[in-house]
Amino acid sequence: MNAPVSAPGGALGFRGLTLGYARHPAVHHLDGTIAPGSLTAVVGPNGAGKSTLLKGIIGEIAPLEGEVLRPGLSRRDIAYLPQAAEIDRSFPIGVFDLVAMGLWRRVGPWRSLKAHRGAVEAALAAVGLTGFERRPIGTLSGGQLRRALFARVLLQDARVILLDEPFAAIDARTTDELLGLVHGWHAEGRTVVAVLHDLDQVGRHFPATLLLAREAVAWGATPEVLTADNLRRARRLCEAWDEEAPVCRAPAAAHRHDGPGHEGPGHDGHGHDHQGHDHHTHGHAA
Amino acid sequence: MIDLLTAPFVEFAFMRRALAGCVALSVGAAPVGVFLTLRRMSLMSEAMSHAILPGAAVGFLWAGLSLPAMTLGGLVAGLAVALLSGFVARSTVLREDASLAAFYLISLAAGVLLISARGSSIDLLHILFGTVLALDDDALLLLGGIATVTLAGLAVAYRPLVMECVDPLFLRSVGRASGPVHYCFLALVVLNLVGGFAALGTLLAVGLMLLPAITARFWALDLTGLMPAAVVTALIASVAGLLVSYYGGVPTGPAIVLAAGALYLASMLLGPRGGLVWRLIPARHLEA
Repeated sequence: MNAPVSAPGGALGFRGLTLGYARHPAVHHLDGTIAPGSLTAVVGPNGAGKSTLLKGIIGEIAPLEGEVLRPGLSRRDIAYLPQAAEIDRSFPIGVFDLVAMGLWRRVGPWRSLKAHRGAVEAALAAVGLTGFERRPIGTLSGGQLRRALFARVLLQDARVILLDEPFAAIDARTTDELLGLVHGWHAEGRTVVAVLHDLDQVGRHFPATLLLAREAVAWGATPEVLTADNLRRARRLCEAWDEEAPVCRAPAAAHRHDGPGHEGPGHDGHGHDHQGHDHHTHGHAA
Repeated sequence: MIDLLTAPFVEFAFMRRALAGCVALSVGAAPVGVFLTLRRMSLMSEAMSHAILPGAAVGFLWAGLSLPAMTLGGLVAGLAVALLSGFVARSTVLREDASLAAFYLISLAAGVLLISARGSSIDLLHILFGTVLALDDDALLLLGGIATVTLAGLAVAYRPLVMECVDPLFLRSVGRASGPVHYCFLALVVLNLVGGFAALGTLLAVGLMLLPAITARFWALDLTGLMPAAVVTALIASVAGLLVSYYGGVPTGPAIVLAAGALYLASMLLGPRGGLVWRLIPARHLEA
């Protein structure tokens, strides 16, 4: 995780990235790089900007300031599993067709699905939904729908996979199976970023962690990020929405890291906290 | 008996023309209606049909009671409202239904103002209730053309359109098809409304689009069944409406829409997919 300017191909870089709604930042001056092939958890309190960050990465919301760098990655190389999918479950479509949507990159609007039938069935088998091909999606339980969406991500065959609270409200056995898929993706060299709340799970399965509270509180190897101290600071930083918040005066460039803040997993304890202080003294004095 | 059903069409050219026009309208509008109902945009098409009025009125003021002029005007007004409301919905906090409501009300009021400024009440009746029994060659070509464009458009955009209906966020995340598909679909809706407007008038233009589509929900489970079911329903309603209108001496447009309405009510009661009657027959639940 080097300085973002020199982000290698396949990496995701953030340069002074501020994302938000109606000028209020939800992610504030984020700098850093997610290395290709890394397995990163994004944790933080509610309202810390975790989901917003993922939406910013896929371009669903435009940055208020700064930018997301996706060197060598096109939109199709990034698969995104949203927290609350906007899926219309009353639409009369079967599980097979829903999962087959993941083939869009390969079949586009017109090419036949026939050649890929086996791939779809294999993806369904991988998430334990064999036999559900013709079931309407409206009859699936929440966990089964999640499994189907994981199967769709499998078929997308993307180099970068973004998962937003993939295991919320999912039973333990399903979670274990889906975590197996995540490890499989990691082993195949794909970049996986997952927003999670279960810190034990993060500690057990994710080598790298970004602790977000609008700003990056800490970012690096999981054991060094998830300290009681960092977590307390994350909670404190995540203040309430302030309607009267003054205009942020901090110039975007001033928030660039002076040094290589993150030398990859296992090397970074102090994280981004100096960035936070810096910003707050400037912004709120105005 | 058979004679009663076929005689009017064999005997009178205007009935044959009306039938041809309604067939074209049914084939194109009913599948569009299926997508509209599935996208929960049923009432949106009703609003859109009113939005066509000022364009048709401008055409009328400009060229008198001429179908091409009024059609072109209606098309322009409808597309403008559809694109504007789509644009406002995608770039402001307003949802599509709210922005559409705003534009169609403006459009409808402007249309009524324009027509009342110049037209007589006979003209107004033509515009409101259509002229399905007086379709000339131009009108038939228009309806046939619209049906052709609609079927071709749906065939080309079928897969992204279904994806846009089921999971718009996913479609946005994998490519750029989402916006174009949405606008193309709106254009097809406007096109079919303009066709319906020529045949059935602005008040009933939506009738052959929505009623068959809603009816089809009681007969079929998925899209491959819904669209043929809707087309067949629209065809039956067209023929029945024309015959009732011929023998009963009642206005044709309302007769066709009422026939579709009767089919809907019957299907709601008897349809194999969730018809009310089936609820009265107790069926034991399955084992798994």
